[in-house]
Amino acid sequence: MDVVVLVKRVPDTETKVRVAADGKSVDPSGVQWIMAPYDEIAVEKALQLRDAAGGGAVTVVSAGPAETSKELRTALAMGADKALLLVAPQGAGDAAATAKALADGLKGVPFDLVLCGKQATDDDDAAVGPMVAAHLGVPCVAFVTSIEVAGRTATVKREIDGEVEVLEVDLPAVLTAQKGLAEPRLPGLKGIMAAKKKPLEERPLAAAPSPTETRALSLPPGRAACVKVPATAEGARQLLKALREERGVL
Amino acid sequence: MSHDVLLVAETRDGQLKKGAFEGATAARRVADALGGKVTAVVVGHGVTGADALGRCGVDRVLVVDGPAFARYAGDALAAAVLAAAAKVSPRLVLFSATVAGKETGPAVAARLSAACVADATGLAVEGGELVATKPRLGGKAFAKVAVKAPVAVVSLRQNVVTPADAPRTAAVERLDVAAPASRVRLQQVVAPTAKEIELTEADVIVSGGRGLQAPENWKVVLDLADALGAAHGASRAVVDAGWRPHKEQVGQTGKTVSPKLYVAAGISGAIQHLAGMSGSKVIVAVNKDPDAPIFQVADYGIVGDAMVVLPLLATEARSYLKR
Ligand SMILES: Cc1cc2nc3c(=O)[nH]c(=O)nc-3n(C[C@H](O)[C@H](O)[C@H](O)COP(=O)(O)OP(=O)(O)OC[C@H]3O[C@@H](n4cnc5c(N)ncnc54)[C@H](O)[C@@H]3O)c2cc1C
Ligand SMILES: Nc1ncnc2c1ncn2[C@@H]1O[C@H](COP(=O)(O)O)[C@@H](O)[C@H]1O
Repeated sequence: MDVVVLVKRVPDTETKVRVAADGKSVDPSGVQWIMAPYDEIAVEKALQLRDAAGGGAVTVVSAGPAETSKELRTALAMGADKALLLVAPQGAGDAAATAKALADGLKGVPFDLVLCGKQATDDDDAAVGPMVAAHLGVPCVAFVTSIEVAGRTATVKREIDGEVEVLEVDLPAVLTAQKGLAEPRLPGLKGIMAAKKKPLEERPLAAAPSPTETRALSLPPGRAACVKVPATAEGARQLLKALREERGVL
Repeated sequence: MSHDVLLVAETRDGQLKKGAFEGATAARRVADALGGKVTAVVVGHGVTGADALGRCGVDRVLVVDGPAFARYAGDALAAAVLAAAAKVSPRLVLFSATVAGKETGPAVAARLSAACVADATGLAVEGGELVATKPRLGGKAFAKVAVKAPVAVVSLRQNVVTPADAPRTAAVERLDVAAPASRVRLQQVVAPTAKEIELTEADVIVSGGRGLQAPENWKVVLDLADALGAAHGASRAVVDAGWRPHKEQVGQTGKTVSPKLYVAAGISGAIQHLAGMSGSKVIVAVNKDPDAPIFQVADYGIVGDAMVVLPLLATEARSYLKR
C-alpha cells in the first residue's frame, strides 16, 4: 500500500504571534517551526496502514522553504520511506496555488491514498486536501477519524452535524486527518539515525501566482478588561441582566 | 465579469439551515456593493420553504431536489453547485464553513479555477475588489485577503453575520442535476442518542474543564446548558481523561466555535483552548483561581467553585429568562 502524506512546516502552536514589518506576515524571529499537528497524525496513520498492508511505501511531500527538510526528516525518522520537497523559498502561495503545485508534484509518485492534515495550523484553510483531490480527479473525504483499507476501498468515519458517518471510498482517494485518527509516535534514536540515509529529493518549485493576496495581518482586537461578578445569586442575576440587556447575547 | 453572488444554501431534512440565512445576508451585502443579484442554490430532498430566503435578500432560488441530495454528499453537492454556477456565472460562490462547505467549497474552487478563502469572518467590497477577513494561527491573528481571480469561492464562518431583513419575492425554479456516480458511499450513520445542539452552530455554549473535578459533576454543566438553551463543550484535558467525547472538544485540536456567548467553567484558558473559542462575542469565565489566564480573555468573570456557581446561574437563568 503506497501512501503519500502532505506535510507543512508551520509555527509552533505555542508561538506568540507578532506581525512582521511588512504588516502582512508573521514576524519569524523567535518562531519555532514544527510539522503541522494534524499532518503528524496523518503520517502516523500512513505508517500504520503501510504496516498493516505488509508492504508499500510512505512518501512525505511538502512545498515550502529549504528549511522544511527538517520536518521531512522528522517524518522519515517516524518511519516514512522517502520524502519530496518542492522548494519554494517564499512559500508555495495560497491554498489554491499550493494545491496545484502539490498535485503537479505528485505526477509520477505512485499512491493508493493521499493523506493530509485537516488543516494547517498557520493558514487554517482546510482547503488544500479537497483541492488536491479535485486536481487529481480522485474522491475526497475530509475530517476522518478512522480509516480501514480492504482491497480497493477504504472505510472511513467522520463527524458531521453531530452525527458520525461511516463512508466507503473508492481508492485512490484523498483523506484529511482529524484528531482521533491516530496518536503520532515520537521518533526514536534508531529512527533518527535511519532517517539520515533515507532519500529526500528536492526540486525547485516555480510557484504559480496565487489567486488571493494577503493585504494585512493584524492581532485580534484586545478585549476590554474582565468585569468581575460576585459568586452569589445576586451576582448571577446581574450577570444575566448584563448579558441580555447590555450585550444582547441571551 | 458578472457581479452576481451564488449562495450555497444547505438543508437538513428538506428545511433550510440557519446558516443559509446568515449567508443570504452576507451575499446581499456583497451583491449590493457590486451592483449584482443574489441567486441561492438550495440542495436537498423534499425541499420546502426555500422562498423564505427572499426575506434576507435573495433574488432567485434554484432548487436541486432529489433522493441523491437528501443528505450531504460531496460529489453530489459539487455537481449541483457547478450546475448552478454554469447558469449564473457568479463572481462569488458563498458556502457556510460547515463540514460540507469546507470539504466541497475548495473542490468547487479548483473546478472553477477560482480563488478560495476558507472560514471567513467578514466579507467586503473595497475599491471594486472582494476582500475577506479570516482568522489565522488559531485566531491569534486575522488576515485581510483580497481576491485577484475573476471568481471566488468563500466559506463563511457560522454566527458571524446576523440575518437581516432585505425582503423581496424570490423567484423559485427547479434545477435538474444528474447525481454523479458515487465514489463515496454512505454505509451507516451513528446518530447521537439525544437531540443535541451542534456546537459549531450554537448561539450559546457552556464548556467545562478539569476544574469540574470528576465526570459525574458534569451534570452542572449540562444543567446550565439546558437552562440557557445552549450546546455544551469541553476542554481537551477532560476529553483526554475520557470524561467527555471528542466531539465536544473545543480548541485547536477540537472544534472552532464562535457563539454569541461562551461560558468556560473550570477551564484554565490554555492557548490551544483559546484557539477554538476566542472568536466568541462574549466570554464568561468561572474559575476558582483569580489568576487563571482565562480571565484575560473573558468579558465577565466569576471567581468561585464551578460546582456552586453553575447551579446558581442555572437557577437564576430559569427564572430570569422566562421574563
Ligand atoms: C498540540 C496541542 C493541542 C491541544 N489542543 C487542545 C484543544 O483543542 N482544546 C483544549 O482545550 N486544549 C488543548 N490542548 C491542551 C491545553 O494545552 C490544556 O492542557 C487544556 O486546555 C487544559 O484543560 P483544562 O483547562 O480543562 O485543565 P487545567 O489546565 O487543568 O485547568 C483547570 C482549571 O480549573 C480550575 N479549577 C479547579 N477546580 C475548580 C473548581 N472547583 N471550580 C472552578 N474552577 C476550578 C483551575 O483553577 C484551573 O484553571 C492542546 C495541547 C497541545 C500541546
Ligand atoms: N505547503 C504545503 N506542503 C505540503 N502540504 C501542505 C501544504 N500546505 C497545506 N498542506 C496540506 O494540506 C493540509 C491542509 O492545509 P490548509 O488547507 O492550508 O489548512 C495540511 O494539513 C497539509 O497536509
